[in-house]
Amino acid sequence: MSNNGTQETIEIFVDGVSVQVPPGINAIEAAKIAGKEIPHYCYHPKLSVVGNCRMCLMECGNPMRDRETGDPVLEEDGSQKIGWFPKPVIGCSTNVGPGMHIKTESEKIEDCREGVMEFLLVNHPLDCPICDQAGECTLQEYAMDYGRGYSRYEERKNVKPKRTRLGPRVTLDDERCVLCSRCIRFGQEIADKDVLGFIERGSFSTLTCYPGPELDHNYSLNTVDICPVGALTSTDFRFKMRVWFLKETASICTESSIGTNTLVWSREGKVHRITPRRNDDVNDTWMTDSGRQLFHQVEADTRLKSFRIESASADATSAAKAAANQLFTGKAAIVASTHQSVEELFLTRKIAEALGAKAHFVRHLSEGDGLLLSEDRTPNTRGALLTGITGELPAENLSALAKQIDAGEVDTLLAIHEDLTESGLTSAHLDKVKLIYLGTQENATSQAANILLPGLTVFEKNGSFVNLNFRLQKFHQAVPGPAGLLPDVLLLGQVLGNLPGQANPGSLNAAWEALANEIPAFEGLAYASIPPVGTQLDGSAFSKLAFPETKSLKFNPAAEKEEAAPANAG
Amino acid sequence: MPEEKRIILKYADEPGYTRDIDCYLKHGGYEILKKAVKMEPDTIHKEVMDSGIRGRGGAGFPTGLKWKFLDRKSGKPIYLICNADESEPGTFKDKQVIYKDPHQLIEGMMISAFCIKAKQAFIYIRGEFFEGAKILEEAIEEARAKNFLGDNILGSGYSCDLVVHRGAGAYICGEETGLIESLEGKRPYPRIKPPYFPAVLGVYQCPTIVNNVETLCNVKHILDMGGAEYAKIGVPNNTGTRIWCVSGHVQKPGYYEFPCGKITMGEMINDVCGGLFPGRTLKAIIPGGSSAKVLRADERFQGKLKDGTEFDWSIWDIPLDFDSPMACGSMSGSGGIMVMDDTTDIVQALSNLNAFYAHESCGQCTPCREGVQWMRKVTKRMCNGDSREGDADLLLSIANQIEGRTVCAFGEAAAWPVQSFVKKFKDDFEAYSKKPVVSSECGDNQLV
Amino acid sequence: MELSPELIKKIDARVEKYPTKRSAVLPLLHMIQEELRYIPDEAIEWVAHRLELEPMQVYEVVTFYPMLKRTPMGKKHVRVCRTLACALRGSYQVCKAIQEELGVELDHTTEDGEYSLEFMECLASCGTAPVVMVNEEHYDNVDVEKAREICRGLKK
Repeated sequence: MSNNGTQETIEIFVDGVSVQVPPGINAIEAAKIAGKEIPHYCYHPKLSVVGNCRMCLMECGNPMRDRETGDPVLEEDGSQKIGWFPKPVIGCSTNVGPGMHIKTESEKIEDCREGVMEFLLVNHPLDCPICDQAGECTLQEYAMDYGRGYSRYEERKNVKPKRTRLGPRVTLDDERCVLCSRCIRFGQEIADKDVLGFIERGSFSTLTCYPGPELDHNYSLNTVDICPVGALTSTDFRFKMRVWFLKETASICTESSIGTNTLVWSREGKVHRITPRRNDDVNDTWMTDSGRQLFHQVEADTRLKSFRIESASADATSAAKAAANQLFTGKAAIVASTHQSVEELFLTRKIAEALGAKAHFVRHLSEGDGLLLSEDRTPNTRGALLTGITGELPAENLSALAKQIDAGEVDTLLAIHEDLTESGLTSAHLDKVKLIYLGTQENATSQAANILLPGLTVFEKNGSFVNLNFRLQKFHQAVPGPAGLLPDVLLLGQVLGNLPGQANPGSLNAAWEALANEIPAFEGLAYASIPPVGTQLDGSAFSKLAFPETKSLKFNPAAEKEEAAPANAG
Repeated sequence: MPEEKRIILKYADEPGYTRDIDCYLKHGGYEILKKAVKMEPDTIHKEVMDSGIRGRGGAGFPTGLKWKFLDRKSGKPIYLICNADESEPGTFKDKQVIYKDPHQLIEGMMISAFCIKAKQAFIYIRGEFFEGAKILEEAIEEARAKNFLGDNILGSGYSCDLVVHRGAGAYICGEETGLIESLEGKRPYPRIKPPYFPAVLGVYQCPTIVNNVETLCNVKHILDMGGAEYAKIGVPNNTGTRIWCVSGHVQKPGYYEFPCGKITMGEMINDVCGGLFPGRTLKAIIPGGSSAKVLRADERFQGKLKDGTEFDWSIWDIPLDFDSPMACGSMSGSGGIMVMDDTTDIVQALSNLNAFYAHESCGQCTPCREGVQWMRKVTKRMCNGDSREGDADLLLSIANQIEGRTVCAFGEAAAWPVQSFVKKFKDDFEAYSKKPVVSSECGDNQLV
Repeated sequence: MELSPELIKKIDARVEKYPTKRSAVLPLLHMIQEELRYIPDEAIEWVAHRLELEPMQVYEVVTFYPMLKRTPMGKKHVRVCRTLACALRGSYQVCKAIQEELGVELDHTTEDGEYSLEFMECLASCGTAPVVMVNEEHYDNVDVEKAREICRGLKK
């Protein structure tokens, strides 16, 4: 681990300045540590190195040593003599070694970059005004930073296919393509679906799919993310919005227990797209296409927008109070959800304890894809375990609860983000209980509810989840929720506060204070102190549970067991 | 007139010499292989090192040293590939061996394969040599029948098979890592070096040696006469014979084998090749395949050789070896000498070469993909009567932006002709902008 | 697309020769083109299936190499070397003569499918320039007169 401070570093020199970097990383990454940008198109930290764009040309040299004796060769002034390579070299395939010198700024390098920029632009259309990539286009950025600012090209530009449908979600403009091959490598190396490739040759080389098979796998939009130019664009997002108008909010994908780090792009209260946010311990730089669709729930027609007590509309305060009274007076049970955040689950636990009620969970399983979609299709099963609201994995269905209802042992239900009729209860069961429902979308449960508490989506609130590796990660509010609604954590706080002898924490931070005090796994943490890339929690207490997840990008339970075995034996 | 010394082409053009194995055996064929498989591979390698032989493909890299770089520690299988892609314009020497004396190549290859302990050997032959590929495959079957290749060669316990692999019209497959990619069934995009040095990470990511046809044939003769004896042929650092291919405006174009450095350009053109056509004068010579920088007829070449001796040569005085053309700012490359007399329109000649390189650029890396096509468009436009002031400087600048900045040496190969043509014949280029030329009927440049 | 049993046999033998199946892409394409005179889509898919590749991986290769054709060439496919050594000796004129003689345009196939004509880059016979190939046959020292003669021979 890098945080224990024992990782070795070596000294290198970037533009003459000494900097400590991990050995063996490439010059682009090393220069980044030194605060210098080496521009590049084809290099991507999570893909193989091919060195085709030639934008990262730099000067490189090593300390000279006498071939016979191995002694350092010195300059006249006694300083170490540097043997510079006669030709510029590419930063992406140059791995740093001790004492290496890198020049990112020199007349020669300036000329190299101007040359490459000019070449890249000779056949590039001048359609920035109608190009979706404008504003986040490396071609634009580097043209400004490293280009000459004018073109000497007076010949005809090559003509290539435009507006090609590569698949249901990706559109290709070949004239804009700089042939960096990132998308092709992504298909070969990450998605394991080799559908993209180059055809023809020389300056007529063209990116395409073989006619027939489409770029339709669940990771196709990553090619749009990594395309450094406007060649690959999202069909859904095309011509919808200029990126410079959009606000970026760090979030977590709720599609499965992977906990993919995301950026939510919004403007004036409306989410326009979701893209992956790099986290080398979770999702690298990738995410599923399906996860990018989840924001559509924000504006769904089925969205619940108002509080209701029986058939009368209410406000948050009175509805919370009514819910508390109902729960307290009845024989209550709770159906909580691993869709809830850590702090929501913590308060739900408090409510359950105050009522002496059991909290039931239902599992949501589906097939995993081995990459970034795990079998557990909820984001916070580990969070539920850590908060102590339950000690076991979610049940297959609510049959146990159904029996209790049938036996009259339960007559009041608090259901949170779960449609009970989808989980083994019938409408007859619902008729037998007083039902309080907290959720975002209308369904059979919301319709049967006596008290309705509309909740917020992950895009409208703050909170945290614990992913399949017991990594605590937080998400932030990107857009405001519907008028009059409260974040779930405040709503649950109010319900709790209305129970005898209980206090409403009143804020997310206060809930966290209690959480950190009461539960050892969260000791010393506060919402504000969770790093943007999350923090690792100790999940060893649950190692005996049969979690449903099999191998995915950063999760390998089989290998972990193997690793653990000899340690236990010793 | 200097005498040809034919080692590689000793029998090729002899009347009655046929390419079948019986004829080859009658002429002492496979005797050296029989000797080789009884030797220690290291001893053979030492002979090759001692011979000082340099690669005949174009770069002139010492063959023994190339073999020394082989990664033998990895435990991965080793491969030998014969580069028979012969596609440098102006070169047609390997074809002579393949078509007329295929067993010589096979013997040279099997000796080399035994020396480097290759698991399998390939001959990558250019697609246009339809017949050449058939000849080689027949020869391989003949050799296999006599156990000169295949399993347990001549009872030595060493086994190695030889496979002929045809290209399909791509100059870039002459670049060894492009060739390797092509052999792997991919687009022949040359690999970045580092890390993909063939001797370490070659075909199938295994240690691989890629040698030219002529080079591999020479291995047989090195072992025959001994490395030290071989090194006496030619001049120091330029040992052995070379097959020079002369084309263009001479009376007797063709291929001629001479000891390195023992014949000058003048002797080659004027004596061996029968001189220029009557009434013509020399304009320029490309000394080592189309990628080599052009030499202007009236240039003086002055400087110091590696051994310190000073030289002051006219174009006729340049000794034909590896080092001398390089000392003159060009290279002997693949040995293709292209002669242009005073009837040659130099801009059209460059336009012709630019069209070649633009057609052959693989398109992998930016400077070559975009720059070479741009240069083609400029010279084509010039030839079509739309020359503009500044075109010469523009061409030079584009070439400078390509040279030294590409994945493989194709960048240099395409930039050098432009740089040298424009620099050395600036007047010809500038004259174009003053005197518009009528478009050619073919719509492209048209020489003669 | 029907491939002859002999060809299938040859293909099976060829695939065996390489350490990886993918290496056999080019040889297989050559063999199929020899039989069909071009590489149709079905051939790309067939080769991909045979070698356990994606069609794209074969398509990439087919389109890279100019000798692999996506449309049928003429029964008599004429190739003229275009590069410097041949051009210096008159290959453009030779090409023009062939166009006139056979009534075929450069880079085209005649409507009856008899003839097709293309320029090639250096055919490695610069010492006997200009050179012309008809199918797999090679002709040296082809001046305009000889070119016309060759064409007349083809028409017989």
